[in-house]
Formats: sequence, C-alpha cells, structure tokens
Amino acid sequence: MTTATALTAARAGLVSCETCRLLSRPAHPEHAGHCPRCGAALEFRVVHSIQYTWALVIAAAICYIPANMLPVLTTTTFGSAESDTIMGGVVFLYTSGSWPLALIVLVASVMVPLGKLVALVYLLIVVQRGSVGDMRQRTRLYRMVEFIGRWSMLDVFVDTFTVALIQLQPLMSVEPGPGVLFFAAVVVLTMLAAESFDPRLIWDAGTGVERAHG
Amino acid sequence: MSGSSGRLAAAGETVACPDCDLLQHIPTLPPGAKARCPRCGHVLATRPSDPIDLPLALTATAVVVLIVANTMPLMAISAVGRHASTTILGGAYEMWMTGEQITAMIVAFCAVFAPGLYLLFMLAVLTAVRWPPAPHWVGEVLRWGLHMQPWSMYEVMLLGILVALIKIAELAMVDPGIGMYAVGVLVILFPAIAVSFDPREVWRRIEWVEDEVSAGHGGGDAIRTGVMR
Repeated sequence: MTTATALTAARAGLVSCETCRLLSRPAHPEHAGHCPRCGAALEFRVVHSIQYTWALVIAAAICYIPANMLPVLTTTTFGSAESDTIMGGVVFLYTSGSWPLALIVLVASVMVPLGKLVALVYLLIVVQRGSVGDMRQRTRLYRMVEFIGRWSMLDVFVDTFTVALIQLQPLMSVEPGPGVLFFAAVVVLTMLAAESFDPRLIWDAGTGVERAHG
Repeated sequence: MSGSSGRLAAAGETVACPDCDLLQHIPTLPPGAKARCPRCGHVLATRPSDPIDLPLALTATAVVVLIVANTMPLMAISAVGRHASTTILGGAYEMWMTGEQITAMIVAFCAVFAPGLYLLFMLAVLTAVRWPPAPHWVGEVLRWGLHMQPWSMYEVMLLGILVALIKIAELAMVDPGIGMYAVGVLVILFPAIAVSFDPREVWRRIEWVEDEVSAGHGGGDAIRTGVMR
C-alpha cells in the first residue's frame, strides 16, 4: 500500500477521537466539535504538536547539560565530603566490581535520554520537511522513544533510596546534589515531548493532508 | 459479551489507526486474537477472553499489594551497630528534607500517586461497567486512569532499589524488606492488568454523551457527526 493512495481518516474527512477512538464526522470543517460518545474535543491532529514538542525537546536539552555536570550525590564520611555526578556513579559501580549494574545505569541515565532527544529532533525535522522516507521505521522509532522513556528515571530512584538509607550521622551521610533535579526534569520533559508528538504527522507527508492541522 | 456490545462486536468496527490514521475495518476477533494496522503495525484491538472480571480481580489484588508495598519497609541496613530502614514515601520524604522538594514530589508521584490513582480509577471503571450501560463520567475516569499509566514507574523503581541495595552493600549490611517483595509482585500485576483489559469493550458499555436514540445509534454502523457545544 503506497502512502499517496492510502485512505486515511483525514483524507476521508473523518476524525478519530483521541480518547475513545470513535470515528466521527467533524461538526464543522474547522471546528470538529466534541466526540458524540465520550465528549472529548475532536481534533484531526494533536493541536500544535510540532511547536509543543520542539519547546519541550529544547527545554530538556538545556537541562541535560547541568544534569550531567552537577553532582547528584554528596557523600560525607567523618567530616570529609565527596560529590558524584551521574558518570561518577557509573564509574563507582564499575570500579566496585559490578559492571553489569554500571552498564544498566550508563544506558538508562546517559544513553537513553540522549538517544530520545536525538530521535525526537530527527522525527521533528523529517515531519517539518515533509520527508517521505521509511515511515514504518520512523513510527517504530517513535514507539521506542515512548516505551523506553520511563527507564531514565532509574537514577533518580537510585539516588532517592541511597539518600534515604545512608543517614548514619555522624559516621556517614549522603545528600542529594542539584544535578538530581535537572536530571528528573530531563526525564519528565522528554516524556511530555513524546506524548505531545503526533505520530500521524509522519504519515501525512505526501498525502495531501496539509500540516495546517498539525 | 454484553447486550449493548452486540451490534458493534458482531458487525466489526471501522476505525482510524491512532499512529498512522489509516482507515480500516476491524473484524470480529476470536478470543485471544490481535488486530494490527497493516500499514504501521500498531496493535488496534485485542480480544482478551475475560475483559472485565479478570482485570477487575487483578486490580483489586494490586490495590492490596500496593498498600503493603507502601507501608512495609523496602530495606533496612545496619552498620557499626546502627540501623536504618526506609519505605517508598520515606525515600521521598528524605529527599524533601535534604532540600530537593521538586525531585521529592516527582519521586512520590511516579512511585506512589500515579500507580495508586491508576489502580483506583481502573477499579472504579471496571466495577461500573459490570452493569452496563455505565454513566458517561466513567469514560472521564478511564481517560484519567490511562493518563496515569506512563507515569506509574513501579518497575523502574524496583530496579532503582536493587541498584541502590547493591551500591550500599559495599558499605553496610543490607536486608531487603517485605515492601520490596510487594513491589516485585506489582511488577507482575500491572502488565497483567494492561494485557487482560480491553478498552474497546469498556467503551461499548459506557453511555454516550449524546442522546443515542435521536442520533440513530441503534441503526447500523453509521458514522456520527461531532457535537458542537
């Protein structure tokens, strides 16, 4: 089935409810109205999908820098303090002999957020240029971004429970650093970015459905 | 299959793929079958054998397990004669007390509130649709429940707890607590709820916002027009 001839709901002048998936006829060409079944507002495409996704991706990219530069944990042992960044934590796990854990944290905390940002920027650019490349593959990429997003929260949980347990004053205590907040912000912002991106825009290229709806 | 679901289930249903917008007809599926979009591969429909009572039972179980997971200690450590233990919210509380209030709120939301709300909303929806037609606010509750789904990160938290445990094991004796085993059970229960649940069947059992008779809902597979408000 080629893209140019595929009959989509938008080409047929129909609109699919984002909430309950009911297919309906728009009440008016510009204002589709509300879903007759569940009452949710009907839209051909997620409103301002590209603008919102860009804004969230850029905000996440900005937070990514302090998330990796600032310490996430500060360990105080007998009065002497030592700070660790995300990469410092990975190195600690590696040198303490648990390289599989080091690898998990490295993938979840460094590679996944970066990969998500690169993938979303790529999808935004191909959609904006109206590119008609391998759309199935691009949709798969989008689903992967949606699926793995939550796993980046791993390091935030590790830091939380490390802080909560190691409170053995005055021997040893662990406090969170400012990097944790930026790191959690990267995860939340990239998850919101993936949610606001409308994968149907990938398929709209070359079908004559104008991006006026996107 | 309930009476109200008869028409659509028997005739199949015309839908647009949520991922690529392709119009297609979903045939009546045999139990256990899946329908995928031929163009992009999105799973459009599944037909779990028991789409209401099984997820309801699993959800009720998960509520109990979630309460255990949140009230029992996750793990305890002992070093040089001193002991400390923590619960899930205890972790978030400690983050709050050490000055990371926003991070603490994100942790509490993803670890406790999102999974808890998801379960409560699902419990309400699945209970209500046992006696169709359910009032249309049930659809609103379902929408909120599904919004909570990506944010409930019990499985990410379990891995996070395990990594923290191994990190700390370098420094002190660590004992996993009952709370951690309960989180482990949730990791199995949450996907089981999602797999056994069929949102299409639930929507069929919920009353339409627009009056069904005047709009001709009873007649055929006619596509209806959006409502202006």
